Amino acid sequence: MTKSELIDRIADKQSQLSYRDVELSVKALTDYMARALETGNRIEIRGFGSFSLHYRAPRVGRNPKTGESVSLAAKYVPHFKPGKELRERVNSSFGQVPIQPQSPSQPE
Amino acid sequence: MALTKADMAEKLFEEFGINKREAKELVEQFFEEIRTALVSGQQVKLSGFGNFDLRDKRARPGRNPKTGEEIPIEARRVVTFHAGQKLKARVETYGGEQPTQEQPAGSGSSAAQTQHPLSDDTE
Repeated sequence: MTKSELIDRIADKQSQLSYRDVELSVKALTDYMARALETGNRIEIRGFGSFSLHYRAPRVGRNPKTGESVSLAAKYVPHFKPGKELRERVNSSFGQVPIQPQSPSQPE
Repeated sequence: MALTKADMAEKLFEEFGINKREAKELVEQFFEEIRTALVSGQQVKLSGFGNFDLRDKRARPGRNPKTGEEIPIEARRVVTFHAGQKLKARVETYGGEQPTQEQPAGSGSSAAQTQHPLSDDTE
């Protein structure tokens, strides 16, 4: 399911809001989440999970092509911990529904 | 402060004037549709944010780290999140765990480098 499919699914079930409202809102929601992490805040959604930043210490990496060493600065990476309800519901689908083959994708 | 569903609904109200009850419902729907997709075996891809993928894990012998007791871990399905390039780039340079004061100091000439507060002490 992509973001535009998510917008379609929500809009189909909406009696109050127009498609345009749903579209703007869903795009805004992912942006609020990105902005929270960007400013060093956690995201806590009960029943879904929490997002936080994990620290990665500076290290010396290597260019795999040339073998040259490059120093890499410390950084933060996003981390997601699924909440109890999500964990349980997903696990209960194990053995019931197959994981659908995904289009080979690099997250955008 | 952590971002919550209530905060997200409030922002929708402020930014688009969507009434609070509807905004709250929409935020709820947003997460519920993602859960539903995952429960039905579908990967979820949110451009600009990241992908939620599913993985089936085989059973393996586990151990209670406190008691050392062996407990088998059952086969299970888990959700994994992979941040997209755009989100990774946005958070990468985040400068500190706490909102710290600007430190004009800076070792050497490259002042643009962000540093973790814990690694900030001088030897």
